[in-house]
Amino acid sequence: MSEIPADLSYTREHEWVRTEADGSVVVGISDHAQAQLGELVYVELPEVGRVVEAGAALAVVESTKAASDVYAPVSGSVVAVNEALNAGPELVNGSPYGDGWLVRLKPSAPATGLLDAAAYTQLVADESH
Amino acid sequence: MREPLIFEQSRAGRGALLQAPTPVPPSPDLPASLLRSDVPPLPEVSELQVVRHFTRLSQQNFSIDTHFYPLGSCTMKYNPRACNRLAMLPGFLARHPLEPEAHAQGVLECLFELQEWLKAVTGMAGVSLTPMAGAQGEFAGVAMIDAYHRARGDHARRQIIVPDAAHGTNPATATMCGLDVVEIPTNAEGDVDLDALRAAVGPATAGIMLTNPSTLGVFERRITEIAAIVHEAGGLLYYDGANMNAILGQVLPGAMGFDVVHINLHKTFSTPHGGGGPGAGIVAVNQRLEPFLPVPMVGQRDGRYAWLTERERPQSIGRLSAFMGNTGILLRAWVYMRLLGAEGMRRVSAYAVLNANYLLARLRDAGFTVAYPGRRASHEFIISLKDVARDTGVTAMDFAKALLDRGVHAPTTYFPLLVPECLLIEPTETEAQDDLDRFVEALVEIRALARRDAAEVKRAPRTTPVGRLDDVRAAKQLDVTWQSRRAPAA
Amino acid sequence: MPFIPHTDREVAAMLATIGAGSLDELFDEIPPALRNAPLTGVPAGLNEAGVARIMQARAARNVPATCFLGAGAYDHHIPAVVWELATRGEFYSAYTPYQAEASQGTLQLIYEYQSMMAGLTGLDVSNASLYDGATAFAEACLMAVRASRRPGARRILVPRYLSPAYRRVARALLKGQGLELTDLPVRDGRTDTAALESVATDGVAAVVVMQPNFLGSLEPADALTDWAQARGALVIGACNPTALALLKPPGQWGTRGADIACGEGQPLGIPLASGGPYFGFLACRSALVRQMPGRIVGGTVDGEGRPGFTLTLQAREQHIRRTKATSNICTNQGLMVTAATIYLSLLGPVGLRRVAEACHANTRELAATLSRCPGVTVPFRPFFHEAVVQLPVPVAPVLARLAAGGILGGYDLSADFPELGHALLVCATEQRTPEEIAAYGTALAAALDAPAMAAAG
Repeated sequence: MSEIPADLSYTREHEWVRTEADGSVVVGISDHAQAQLGELVYVELPEVGRVVEAGAALAVVESTKAASDVYAPVSGSVVAVNEALNAGPELVNGSPYGDGWLVRLKPSAPATGLLDAAAYTQLVADESH
Repeated sequence: MREPLIFEQSRAGRGALLQAPTPVPPSPDLPASLLRSDVPPLPEVSELQVVRHFTRLSQQNFSIDTHFYPLGSCTMKYNPRACNRLAMLPGFLARHPLEPEAHAQGVLECLFELQEWLKAVTGMAGVSLTPMAGAQGEFAGVAMIDAYHRARGDHARRQIIVPDAAHGTNPATATMCGLDVVEIPTNAEGDVDLDALRAAVGPATAGIMLTNPSTLGVFERRITEIAAIVHEAGGLLYYDGANMNAILGQVLPGAMGFDVVHINLHKTFSTPHGGGGPGAGIVAVNQRLEPFLPVPMVGQRDGRYAWLTERERPQSIGRLSAFMGNTGILLRAWVYMRLLGAEGMRRVSAYAVLNANYLLARLRDAGFTVAYPGRRASHEFIISLKDVARDTGVTAMDFAKALLDRGVHAPTTYFPLLVPECLLIEPTETEAQDDLDRFVEALVEIRALARRDAAEVKRAPRTTPVGRLDDVRAAKQLDVTWQSRRAPAA
Repeated sequence: MPFIPHTDREVAAMLATIGAGSLDELFDEIPPALRNAPLTGVPAGLNEAGVARIMQARAARNVPATCFLGAGAYDHHIPAVVWELATRGEFYSAYTPYQAEASQGTLQLIYEYQSMMAGLTGLDVSNASLYDGATAFAEACLMAVRASRRPGARRILVPRYLSPAYRRVARALLKGQGLELTDLPVRDGRTDTAALESVATDGVAAVVVMQPNFLGSLEPADALTDWAQARGALVIGACNPTALALLKPPGQWGTRGADIACGEGQPLGIPLASGGPYFGFLACRSALVRQMPGRIVGGTVDGEGRPGFTLTLQAREQHIRRTKATSNICTNQGLMVTAATIYLSLLGPVGLRRVAEACHANTRELAATLSRCPGVTVPFRPFFHEAVVQLPVPVAPVLARLAAGGILGGYDLSADFPELGHALLVCATEQRTPEEIAAYGTALAAALDAPAMAAAG
């Protein structure tokens, strides 16, 4: 079973979202998502300063068998990206909720439609049938 | 034993200079600023070294000429040597593509006849031979559908419907043409879900892309209904001819209701795969799409064969190649069709289907799980190794590698994506019963070994020049040129 | 039966195993109304000797001629070794090397090819080839648009003397994605660097430099590259591969070098063969590799640490990425690349440079010979191995007269570039002898001298 921390929010596209004290939002992919992809070989990150709409492609995570878009869970601007992934994309596999974070956004509008941990657990269970 | 890179065999000052013209003095016309100042990193080797090196490399390949190659959806049948020999007659090779038509009547006659024969085997009104691969044939087909709607002023048709079992090229092609993809599901029997299709079509539908028999190895039985649904909604039907070997001379795509067809000559008409090309993905269309065919085509004028270009065909979607597609491949297909004739073509599909159904029966009797057990196989079929994988941990990929050690090229694995742990098996008509039986024995033996010693299967292949390769390393530490190995920091 | 090994006894046994009464019964899922394929017009089968007779007769009907025609396809010597080896069954009848362990021959060969093309173009990486030069050019434009740092940039600036074939194919392939080609200003047969100031570069993803350009003229590649990159555009170099042994390669143009290079691979050991199969090459800097379409082979190791080769970066490709793939292309031109790699191994750096120099020298000789005909001029220099020849009369009837005498006199430029007047593009590769060049001079003088010609002029 994959790990689904209770204190995070999730999207239907298997991303996790954490709102920080300063109001910024950190985005990554879930443990389930990294396991499905297999070992990552490349992560394409956006430029800092880029403005994105909720639902737009934000980053690409690539393994040898798949390349998946990561979508912006909220509208906003990119304030930081995880530069460590350029040299070590496998950080996402080893620590999807920690050192393997992808992007930090400054939201321009509140997030809508996010799932809590229980709802996401159900989603993962439903999809594996 | 590892064959060294050709660069590792190079020694400065060596060469095969018999192959080069005599040196000439430097030209006064070329200023130094335009000239190359370094020596390009090409090898300096003797002619014999070249011959040995590439001969040894060839011996590290599996090929149809050396191994049974039941690679599903690829139609790896025997490539007759006569096709190659006759297409490479000097009178065909030494032909500049822009020479006058009067000089090229021999080659034009072959191309004209090939167009006519391909109309007959597709049941269509027009053919263009220029697409250089299946993907280009697909592009031509979808671009023609788009051009047809636009020519009628119907600019709302921006959607292409693709079943979820389709090959990845179909959606990629629609994107290249600037159209949006709408995916529809397949039902448990392997047919298109008609309710989902009815819900998907409408005024935005440009067309649907279908393979029949489908990538699941079964014939789409309700094709006539599908055609009616799409046509009534104002869309057109595109036939991906990837699986034409199953119906050649039995069913015409035109009669099934398709408006445009592409055929991979490198599958059905036995032109070589060449380690990944060149192919030829000719397109055939019915009357309503005929004006849009890509150029050049070959026609007749004043009793002679002539090129038809944008001048004669102003509504054409244009050109897909610099000259006339892969002409040499077209000549090989001409030879193959002429050797077979109409009866020979019907036998192709009959025996391809016989071989597939025989293998399917033997594997089912041996206890393997057939993906669509209630269905007749087309020229190929799917088995799922899900149960073996669950019980032993030995996957479809492990079976594929273990087959290599038993002298058989692996079937297609993990495609179509709908069936877990699948092998898509296409024996083709040119294999004898003995070879099919040996393949069954190999699979049975691997399954027995999996149950006894799964780790041993996972060590396969052991008889090939290398074992399983580290794909992650290949993608992360990119090593795509010899130069980068010598100067990794550069 | 042709290519079908089954005996009657085997067919009966196989049908019994299946549980079917006849071959026909195997098609019982096909609706009966559809089971009708008359194959009208397809002849009956013929044995190999019979088909060989037909093909030999048709090959003989194709008229031989001395070739001074280039315009994108070139008559070079092809060493005997090239196709003797390339048509070995292990190369000829293998599939795409998806099963790497069973395809090390093809994979290593492509790795060597990539190394050679990256080296020739002066760039970091090459793919495993595309269909032909024109499709490689179109793919280079698409790639530049994806890689461009300008959001929404969909315009490509191209030389006026871009190959017309590249332009037509690009139009057909790029239309669906809204790309637009705009011509750069010209003067004296090449791009006019003095006029670049007036060129708008907003919305431009890339600038194309064709070296030599379609007229054979050598472009100011350094200045164009610096100008384009200073304005935030990528630079695509479209090149002749033979010329790369002699001329400065794209990777060395200007201060930073071009970003992408593409071109027609036919000169590297591929027969003219009425236009194909050829192959296209595509190379780029390593930073752009993930935007590159087509197959790429990479080195790696197996479980025991032995070096080997495999297809890599496949996640970019259509079978995985579907609608978001870099291109719909599945194949490369594997067999053609096999021939080209053998060709380049035989020629080596010295041999290929000699071919380039001999082509250039022969074309200079040809230009000098033809310009001795009355009223004939050679307006643009320097050139590589093609040159524009301006005639005092329309080109088409002159070419027809030359062709009747067994000479392919060149490419009539008047339809594509009417501003050049009665202009003919000629080429003399290393294959042309001094006698053939002299004979062309004599034949042209005679053709121009003919009364009909004089009237037309």
